[in-house]
Parts: sequence; C-alpha cells; structure tokens
Amino acid sequence: MAATATAPGAPTTRLGKQAVEIDDRLIVAGPLRRTLNKVFPDHWSFLLGEIALYSFIIALLSGTYLTFFFDPSLREVVYEGSYAPLRGVEMSAAYDSALNLSFDVRGGLFMRQVHHWAALMFVASIVVHLLRIFFTGAFRRPRETNWLIGVVMLVLALLMGVTGYTLPDDLLSGTGLRIISAIILSVPVIGTWAHWAVFGGEFVGELIIGRFYIAHVLIIPAILLALIAVHLLILVKQKHTQFPGPGRTEHNVVGNRLFPTFAAKATGLLFIVFGVIAALGGLVQINPVWLWGPYNPAQVSAASQPDWYILFLDGSTRIFPAWDINLPGDYTIPALFWPTVVVAGAMFTVLALYPMIERKLTGDTASHHLLQRPRDVPVRTSLGMMGLTFYGVLMLSGGNDVFADKFDVSLNAMIWFGRLGVIVLPPIAYVLTYRICLGLQKHDREVLEHGIETGVIRRLPHGEFIEVHQPLGPVDEHGHGILAYGGAPVPKKMNQIGGARRAIRGFFKPIEEPAQVELEQRAEGRGLAAEESRELTSSGRPSEGGRPSEGGRPQEPRD
Amino acid sequence: MSTHDTRPGSSGGADTPGPLHGGPDDDYTPEQLAAMPREDLDRLGARYDGVEVLHVDPGPEPGSRLEKRAVRQVGLVFTLAGLSAFAFVVVYVGSGWFFPDWQWDVTETGWSAFFTPLLGLTMGLALALVGVGLVLYTKKLLPHETAVQDKHDGSHFDRVTTGATLVGGLHNSGLARRKLITRSLGFMGGGLGLMLLMPLGGLINNPNTGNPLGRTSWAEGVRLVRNDGSPIRPGDQEPGSLETVFPAVPGGNRQSDAATMLIRLRPSQLAEARPREGQDDFGYGDYVAYSKICTHAGCPVSLYEQETSRILCPCHQSQFDVTQGAKPVFGPATRSLPQLPITVDDEGFFVARGDYPEAVGPTYWNRERI
Ligand code: HEM
Ligand code: FES
Repeated sequence: MAATATAPGAPTTRLGKQAVEIDDRLIVAGPLRRTLNKVFPDHWSFLLGEIALYSFIIALLSGTYLTFFFDPSLREVVYEGSYAPLRGVEMSAAYDSALNLSFDVRGGLFMRQVHHWAALMFVASIVVHLLRIFFTGAFRRPRETNWLIGVVMLVLALLMGVTGYTLPDDLLSGTGLRIISAIILSVPVIGTWAHWAVFGGEFVGELIIGRFYIAHVLIIPAILLALIAVHLLILVKQKHTQFPGPGRTEHNVVGNRLFPTFAAKATGLLFIVFGVIAALGGLVQINPVWLWGPYNPAQVSAASQPDWYILFLDGSTRIFPAWDINLPGDYTIPALFWPTVVVAGAMFTVLALYPMIERKLTGDTASHHLLQRPRDVPVRTSLGMMGLTFYGVLMLSGGNDVFADKFDVSLNAMIWFGRLGVIVLPPIAYVLTYRICLGLQKHDREVLEHGIETGVIRRLPHGEFIEVHQPLGPVDEHGHGILAYGGAPVPKKMNQIGGARRAIRGFFKPIEEPAQVELEQRAEGRGLAAEESRELTSSGRPSEGGRPSEGGRPQEPRD
Repeated sequence: MSTHDTRPGSSGGADTPGPLHGGPDDDYTPEQLAAMPREDLDRLGARYDGVEVLHVDPGPEPGSRLEKRAVRQVGLVFTLAGLSAFAFVVVYVGSGWFFPDWQWDVTETGWSAFFTPLLGLTMGLALALVGVGLVLYTKKLLPHETAVQDKHDGSHFDRVTTGATLVGGLHNSGLARRKLITRSLGFMGGGLGLMLLMPLGGLINNPNTGNPLGRTSWAEGVRLVRNDGSPIRPGDQEPGSLETVFPAVPGGNRQSDAATMLIRLRPSQLAEARPREGQDDFGYGDYVAYSKICTHAGCPVSLYEQETSRILCPCHQSQFDVTQGAKPVFGPATRSLPQLPITVDDEGFFVARGDYPEAVGPTYWNRERI
C-alpha cells in the first residue's frame, strides 16, 4: 500500500522496512499485536499444563528419533549385538532393535531413557494439572468442554504409555501384554471377538507389536495433537481463570502481557523442563530392557509392575475377590472384567462427567472466571480427596507384594488392607477434609473480624493482658473488621501486609544502601515507618490506581 | 471480471490507493501516530486490545550496581549453558576418538559407563541453565508490569446477525420444505457412513472356528520335553521339585498356552492329595502336570513353595494348591489350573495322554460352552 510506505512515521530501519513488507503481504500486525498484548494471570499453578505440553513435545522429538532405529516386528531373530549376555539368544526383531538402540547406537540409550522419562513426566503433569483444575473449580461453565478434552487426553496419554511400554517386547512388557490380552478376553459377549480383532488371532500372534506401533507413533499422537490444538484455542478464546484478589473480577484478567514477560518466563520454563528430562534421561536409568530378557510366555520376572500410571489398575485387579459370575446357558462373566474394564471405565466416566454432576447438584449454571479456594467449597474438595484416597489405596495395592516384602507383613494382610481400605478410607478422607475446610474458613473469618495477631502483648490499665490485633481494614464501633471475605487468601502475618521493609539486596555484601531502601519503601508506603500514614488494605482497584499484586493480596509471589 | 470494471466500489484498475482499514486508522492519522512516543503507541495499541497497563515497576536503573550485578549473573548463566552444550558435543563426538570408546556392557566401569550419564548431565545442564538465565532475566532486568485485560462476553449483536445469516441461508435452501431431499440426504449419509466403516471388517475373525482357545499342542503321545528339547523320565526329578515342560512339537517352547509344570510330589503330599473329580488318574505315580498359564490373567505361575504345596502367580498373587488339583486357595483367580493327563511311553519318557480337558488360561464369556 503506497500510502503507508510514504506516510510519516514509516519505518526507516531495515528491520522495520522488512516488517512492513511482510505485513503488506500477510496483514498480521493486528492479530500479532492482540497476541502480544494478551494478559496471562500470574500464578505458579497455571504452569502445570505447560509442563505437560513441553513434556509431550520432548516425547514427540525423542520418539521420532527412536523410530529411525526401532523395528516393530515379532519376526524371530538371533541376537548378535554387543551385549554379551544375550548374544546368541532368539528374540523378536523388536527386542533386538531395542537392544541395538541401547548398546550400538551412539546416544541411543540416552534417547530411549529421555523418551521414557518424558512419557512419565507427561502423564504426571497432566494429573497434577487436572487436580489444580478440579480443586479450584476451573472446570465450571464455560470451561466444561476443555475439561472433557482434558480427560480424553489423559486417557490417550495412558494408552500412549501402554502401547509404548509394550513395544520393546521384553519379558516385563510381554507379561503386561498377556494381561491386556486377558482383559480384552474378559469382556462379556464380545470378548473373544474383540481379542481376535485386536491381536488378529490367539495371543500373541505376529501382528500386535506392529499394530501397537502404529497406534503409538501415529494414531494416538495425531489425535492428541489435534486435541491439544483445540484445548489451547478454547483457552485463548475463553481467557484464563484467575484467583480472586483486588481488582480481579469475573470480567477481566490481571497479570502480565504475553510479550515480553510471560513469553520469557514460559520459554524459561520450557528449557527447564527440557533440561530436567534430559538430565533424568542420562542420569537415572529407566526400563533397562536388557535385564528383563526377551519375552517368553513361560517365564516371568518377580515383582513385575507396570509404569506408575497403570499401577492403580494392577492394584484393583489384585484386591478384587475371585467372583466369576456364571450365567444360565454356561456363559461366564470373568472376575477380571470388573476391576479392569469396569473400574477404569467408571473412574474416567465419573471424572469426565463431574462438571455436569456438580452443576446438577448445586444448580449453579452461571459462568465463572474467578477460581475458588478449595476450603471455600468443602463438598467438592472432600469429594476430590475421597477420590484421591480411593486411587491411592488402589495404587498401593498395585505394589502390595513389594510392600509385603520390604516391611515384612503378610501378603494376605496387604490384600485385606486393600479390600477394606478401598471401602472404608475414602469416607474417612471425606469427613476429615470437610472438617479441615471448615476450620480454615473459620480462621479466615476470625482474622477478618479481629485482625492479625501481632504477637504484641499489652497490659490494660485495669491489669488485663491482651494481644494487640492489627485490623485488616476499617473497623466498626466495636473494633470489629468490616471487610467481607472475598475468596482471596487472608493475610495472617504482619509481614504479609508490609509490616517489614524488604530485605536489602546482595548475597555476600549489600549492594544497596539501607537508608536508600528505607526511603524508597517509605515512599511506597511500606514498612513500619509508614504505618500510621496509610490504610493497611487498599482496594487496589484499577480505578483508584491501586496495584493489584499488592495491598490486600500480598501473599502472591511475583512469578 | 475484467480489469476495467468500473462499477461502484471498484477502483477500476486505476492506481488510486484504497481507503485505510477503517477503525483505528480513521481515528489516528499517520501524522498523529508519528508524533507519539513509542511508549504511548504501545499503550494505545494495548487499549485497543482491551488491555490496561496498571502499574510498571521499572527494572534496575541503567548503570546501577544492581543492574551490573544482574547482567553479570545472567551473562554467566548463559555462558555456562553454552559451555555445557559444548561439553555434550565433546563427549558425544570424542568418545572412541580422543576418549575411550563409548560402548559398554553391564560389567564395564570405565568411561563407557559414564557416557550416557555424561550426555544427560551436560545436555540437562545446558538446557536448564538456558531456562534459569531467562527466568533471571525477567525477574531481575525486565520491568515488572501489571496489566488488566477485559474479558469479552458473547456479543448480542454478533449472535443476532450470525443467526440471521445462518437461518437465512438455510431458509433459502428450502431444505425445510423439500422433504424428499432431506430424506434422501439422510439415507445417503447413513449409507456412505456404513460403507466407509466396512473395510474395518477385515479386522474381524471368528474366534470360534476350530476352538483355538480351548486347544493346545498337547495330544496323545506327545512327549514332555524341557526348554532345550530333552525328554524326561520318571526319577529325573527330586521329590518336591518342579520342572517347566513343553510339548515336543516344533516351536513348542514358544507357544503361549502350552507351558506345563511337571511336579513330583513328596510322599506326604501324595498321601494327602485330593485330585479333582474324574481326574484321579491324570498323574503318573508321584508326578502331576498342571498348566503353567494362570487362570486369572494368563501370567506364567512360577513360584512353587514346597512346604505349603502352593504355586504362586507373581502377577496378582493367586495361589494354587497342588495337592488339591491346583485349586485356587488365595487371590483373584477363580479356577483350578487345568491338569494334563500324563503317562510314560515304551522308551520310558513322559508323554501326554491327550490335550488338556478344558481351556487353559484366562476365563472368557463362552469358555464353558466349547
Ligand atoms: C509421536 C510421538 C512419539 C513417537 C514417535 C514415539 C515412538 C516410540 C518408539 C519407537 C518406541 C520404542 C523404542 C524403544 O524403547 O525401544 C517408544 C517407546 C515408548 N514410548 Fe513413545 N513415542 C511417542 C510419544 C510417546 C508419548 C507421548 C508417550 C507417553 C505417554 C510415549 C511413551 C513411550 C514409552 C513408555 C515407551 C517405552 C520406552 C522404553 O521401553 O524404553 N511415547 N516410543
Ligand atoms: S495372572 Fe495370575 S494372578 Fe493374575
């Protein structure tokens, strides 16, 4: 557009001119500015989802590297690589190539381990991210869609893990595959047909590793990528939730703009996640397949456990009683069906439907962009703890033989602990959590009403000793605070409301003048020196020029 | 359309500049914008995106000790990251060149045992330090600003106008009236969907032809052999011991349903043995043979505890009592391990007297029927 090029203020630098050239063709300046200006809330718990994303990227990159060497085939070969103990042993080409990756590809073992650690980190960060969303109520309208997508992604991540773990065809994963086969067989009516469809025949056949491979490297990653894209698009569209605090409303987001602060921090986090996974991949051995040996249906290694994220199903399988259901006509529903297909199905269904369930129970159909503190929603928090306890007992039972061995208790006792615990402990967790939530709520209200305990004891003229309380805001004629609880953390220590000035900077020796800091702080109205001259809780509302991250919300760290 | 289109709204091909984009471009002339300092332009753009910058905590003063120190720190961290990255390259390339070889096996303790850990350490440090540097940079050197952005709720105007366009288009298509078309469309959609699903039929095989789940390679006269293929005579085993045996057929030791445990009972066990009904004669002397495939989920049961006569499955800890026809006595398994009828052939080696009388391995829907 000729007009812009000659307009006053048109760029004169080379870079500027190039930018104009690009914008002439693509017209990106507007959308780019909107992106750069997007505001992200400033709270560490918002980074959990990012960790999941970054781990997935690492799994993608390292997994792609592995595919250059991995041979997903059950063809029998004789091992002739450089790992002496297995030389001359018959094994599948898949196991052979996994050994090859570990011993004969330079840096291959490192990549395998990076891949496995990235996978573990991926699932772990998804789970923690999900807990954050759950306990703060971030799944409420309008974000139910993203909750659903999240649960589907979690299930896909587990499938990713199971299919990947099976690929090397070692003794451990082969045993796992045998159990998967039995689980498919256990489905009533269609079990054998489903097994024949998945395995192409009887266990183990020749197809399964190839099929798992294509599911692992193409089908599931493609679906995951698409879902991640939708997840993030919806997030951008709906904007982030935020914790309540001064100046924060249902209609705004307070935080940092994407550029440069948030972008720099997110990139920093990306590199840190990459670094941690790379370090784990090199320094901490994981899944040393050469020690397990090739799969052999007649052998098993003791204490065979799946990766941690499948452990809960192993646990439920161990503690479920031996109850085959025999139906008329000589049909059977195998006991194995319940603790695997049904338990997993029910758990993920309840999880997926939770936002709808809560909406039904509370009748709350309004849009929410402000998060809740777990203590303020005791029922949900207690339900969540109940679910976690259930999951925890199952997981513990998945390792009950290791437990029994290490702590010298009988296996029977462990199994009975699991059977009873899974029924008794969750309600106990519910009640305890409920009480704790109420207690915390009460304490918040107390501080709001009576002020912060200063630790200063004063003797009144008639001899009574009282502790001086610092009110958080204006008080009524009885000296009781009239600030209402707003869903934000209530400061409970003097330093949190600026009772002390900040520390002088410097590690070995101060690099600031103490007097200078004192002055600066006084100007900002901080520190005890400024006490009298200022109101302790400013509303921090933008209209009053307040600064939201201070004032009534001093607990929040800056990053 | 010809290049000499002169209808209204067209520039007719002449090189007259079109109007600017409207909106902000109407509000601010290039001259006005040129007169504004960069900071104001930034805020102005932000305002158009619904963003208000509330507060800026400027970074350290240029030239101050605070700044110099922070710059030194960040620079140091980035330098260390670069050093670690180069160290990675040196370890990766140098092994087998100016360092000892990187290939290892488990017995090795020299350089090669450190190769992978060193790769992890150097790459981990390099990447993590880049991250630390960036975080330090934002914390110590960038201004801290607090911004607030409006959240736009759905626009009533957008809803109404979009709805009008959609409904209008649908109305013009006349689909609501032209029932034949909607019905044929529905019919077509169903047919096409079904057609596209059909190729998945290639995955479907009948699991019931020939009863593959209920049958193994064991048959009358098939010898019991060890993993190395050697046959077994009575007396080869100590009383109270267990040996895993396979059918003497090609690949018998790799079949997933054929593995069998040959157990020699101790006299005391033999005395109290209570075989399953109709299977009293399945053993041979003090020998009994049971399927090794757990009836729970198919793991090979493997731990034999002679004192208690129990066989333990390591997968979910089911326990089977060999003196009671391998009945499950603990854990999630519901069925006894199937017993293989055995005898001895003319040469004095163990052979099967037939296949297992029932399906081995995990239970399934119609197991009892076939
Ligand atoms: C598109 C991305 C991915 C590709 C191309 C890929 C590829 C591979 C390949 C070729 C293997 C076998 C290598 C071996 O261990 O010998 C493998 C193993 C594995 N994959 Fe992936 N993968 C990807 C993503 C993931 C994700 C997201 C997960 C996490 C849930 C995952 C989990 C695993 C696991 C647990 C193993 C077993 C590793 C081992 O035994 O050392 N993969 N993957
Ligand atoms: S497979 Fe043997 S107990 Fe589950």
